Amino acid sequence: MNILDRAIINTLQDGFPICERPYAEVAKQLGTSEQTLLDRLQHLLDEGLLSRFGPMYHAERMGGALTLAAMRVPEWDFDVVSELVNSHPEVAHNYERDHALNMWFVLATETPERIDEVIATIEAQTGYPVYNMPKQHEFYIGLRFKA
Amino acid sequence: MDMRVRHCLGQQSSGTQTPLSEYDQRLIQAIQHGLPLVSRPYAAIAAQLGLTEQDVITRIEHFKQSGIIKRMGVVVRHRELGYRANAMVVWDVPDEEVAELGRCLSQFEFVTLCYRRPRRLPQWQYNLFCMIHGQDREAVLEKYHMLIERCGLQQTPREVLFSRRRFKQRGAIYQPSQNDKENV
Repeated sequence: MNILDRAIINTLQDGFPICERPYAEVAKQLGTSEQTLLDRLQHLLDEGLLSRFGPMYHAERMGGALTLAAMRVPEWDFDVVSELVNSHPEVAHNYERDHALNMWFVLATETPERIDEVIATIEAQTGYPVYNMPKQHEFYIGLRFKA
Repeated sequence: MDMRVRHCLGQQSSGTQTPLSEYDQRLIQAIQHGLPLVSRPYAAIAAQLGLTEQDVITRIEHFKQSGIIKRMGVVVRHRELGYRANAMVVWDVPDEEVAELGRCLSQFEFVTLCYRRPRRLPQWQYNLFCMIHGQDREAVLEKYHMLIERCGLQQTPREVLFSRRRFKQRGAIYQPSQNDKENV
């Protein structure tokens, strides 16, 4: 990753213009050309430094829902259970963490009701309870990583 | 064709929920995996959906202004950027103090998310969650100790849950297409 790549990541975490030639606009701001910016973005996606380039939706405003859920899964069964959990397209990410509740995943669904359905399905498939911990309040923050 | 570059909007304001038309839903689905990397990405999407470039620009601006789109931009893979350690730090805070402590935690730039969530007793006693990312575990713990000191949390029951493995990380997809279902 070179200096330009870092500048691109840091700049584009803040937003992206909505106009006819948005890449040209950003390139101007970064002091590079539109084509170079497009090439570098493709490279960063190909290398896996970026998972995506585009919109971040607000689930609830679209009528959908998000939640964080946790499970207590014995070590011997962990891989099987994580495969079952991850097979649901509604699971946005999933982490193993150091705790008795050792599996933590985020569900993003099209409707609020779907959260309960997916949780019920996971409980039935795995035989373990799922603890649903939807947010009650979000304290304002920008999710940013300085590259 | 109007060749002027349109004025580009800044950050969105918040708004209320409005029902989405069929076109809006198709547009949301068309861009949820990312914007095309071409000079005129909104024109490319428009061509795909049988809309005009101006339609797409207007609707996306609307999505931003109404808060349906929180942000347009890059989604980084933090591990690949060198943030190898991430900890979910959880606190058991009296309900009447959650708002104040949440505001205190969320002012630190290394705190990347901060939420109030329900307890799930007896398995789970914590009601305030925050995420700390760092280059390694020591760096994360140093930040954690700073939070304890600066927000006066010495007596607060708490735990640090480091991540061991990440199984899946992507931007949330709200309208799974057939393709998503085949790929998982």
